[in-house]
Amino acid sequence: MKYKSLTALAALAISAPMVFAGGADDDTMVINGDTEMVTKATAPAHMENVSEVISGWHFRSDETQALQLDDFDNPGMIAVDQALDAWNTVEGSAEKSCASCHEGPESMKGVRAVYPKWNEGAGEVRTLAMQINDCRTNQMGAEAYKYDSSPMAAMEALISVQSRGMPVNVAIDGPVAETWEQGKELYYTRTGQLELSCANCHEDNYGNYIRADHLSQGQINGFPTYRLKNAKLNTVHGRFKGCVRDTRAETYSPGSPEFVALELYVASRGNGLSVEGPSVRN
Amino acid sequence: MKLTGISAAVVIFATAAIANPITPGEVQFDEYGAVQASLSGAEGDAANGAKIMTNRGKGNCVACHAVTALSDAPFHGEVGPTLDGIADYRTPEELRGIVANAKKTFEGSVMPAFYKTSGFIRPGDGYTGKAAKEEDLTPILTAQEIEDVVAFLMTLKGS
Ligand code: HEC
Ligand code: HEC
Repeated sequence: MKYKSLTALAALAISAPMVFAGGADDDTMVINGDTEMVTKATAPAHMENVSEVISGWHFRSDETQALQLDDFDNPGMIAVDQALDAWNTVEGSAEKSCASCHEGPESMKGVRAVYPKWNEGAGEVRTLAMQINDCRTNQMGAEAYKYDSSPMAAMEALISVQSRGMPVNVAIDGPVAETWEQGKELYYTRTGQLELSCANCHEDNYGNYIRADHLSQGQINGFPTYRLKNAKLNTVHGRFKGCVRDTRAETYSPGSPEFVALELYVASRGNGLSVEGPSVRN
Repeated sequence: MKLTGISAAVVIFATAAIANPITPGEVQFDEYGAVQASLSGAEGDAANGAKIMTNRGKGNCVACHAVTALSDAPFHGEVGPTLDGIADYRTPEELRGIVANAKKTFEGSVMPAFYKTSGFIRPGDGYTGKAAKEEDLTPILTAQEIEDVVAFLMTLKGS
């Protein structure tokens, strides 16, 4: 029913490009016919201007959405397979693999859902990428992956998929509170010559078209994300960089303290949504 | 014959004026955000204004606004109101002010300022993501391009 009306709408949009109907669609996401996903949820209490949080999946076309519903169609799953090889590969001076310490990747169930999080020993907020590199350098004596590289994105995808369907549940209080505040500040700062903040596009205007792009809430519960546009898995910081650049601003670097703080804040805006990674977007 | 004479006159007038446009820092906005005098000193060219409005590297106005008269360019946005019929309720002075710096008319607007070169946070060198020095920044549109856009907007009457 819904599918039909959407297709009709798409046809309309092609013949008359200015007639758009904004907003998230009402489709439901069930992966591989069995994993039911929460793609809309009541916004967490710390979100001031939004009452419902919505996965970016709802703002994509039916064709793009369909690619995420079955692992055989999801191009991001190829990277998951590659990362499974990397998981079992001994690397570095300690002659260990991930498997040497963690057994199978199933041991990572629940991990994606709570990152970024505080690491007591290191006294820092850690993203999943930082933790992966900490294991590689300190436990394995191997080289760090480049922060937003394909092997990093693939390893993140392997770890994310273990938590698929679990609700994002990132802590914002205690030792991370200060970093969270810094991330929030960045989210609302209007950067670049276009003077646009994350909130201008993803809070004030989600559901609206900005030229050919249908603006979502800019949620990161689906990361890493396979994008049809560049035909690879994309990391959170890679996406942040692109969005900041599009405001005609000087971006921050992937892995920088600013992007780590922003990731913590943006992740917390998705608390309650299912972990979707690797998701598919255009 | 007659026509050639007129365009020649316009060219001379325009060239003289371009030598001395009002710089972004000198623009005088009135209390409602309107700007009285032409920024370039010359008339605007509506046809060129239409091109600027659809060019992604220039105004890219249709990224946010739907304009029926520009429907040849696909995918108009919904972030701002449609500009159909805008000339029925806005004066050229108001439109000049809005295009030059919409925040003087609509406080806190998401609409970018197209004739402004200072006061930005982390300005970039175009869309490279690299830093730009404030003194090297040029406005997104030139004085004459603003006038061209205003001239085009003034053709958007009665819908
Ligand atoms: C000029 C508008 C604009 C600004 C400003 C902007 N973005 Fe985006 N962003 C987009 C567009 C367009 C897309 C692609 C469509 C979508 O998913 O919203 C996007 C996509 C995203 C996505 C991917 C969502 C998904 O489901 O895959 C994330 C995450 C994101 N943005 C975060 C941010 C953050 C954080 C900031 C601020 C640092 C920001 N954006 C600033 C326009 C913008
Ligand atoms: C990023 C989005 C964006 C872009 C790009 C943009 N605008 Fe706007 N514009 C808006 C919004 C939003 C408003 C409504 C005012 C408000 O509430 O902030 C607006 C208002 C206006 C108005 C006043 C409409 C009225 O009803 O009084 C005019 C005229 C206008 N824009 C022209 C332009 C032109 C010309 C360009 C390009 C040179 C442009 N805009 C680019 C977002 C945009």
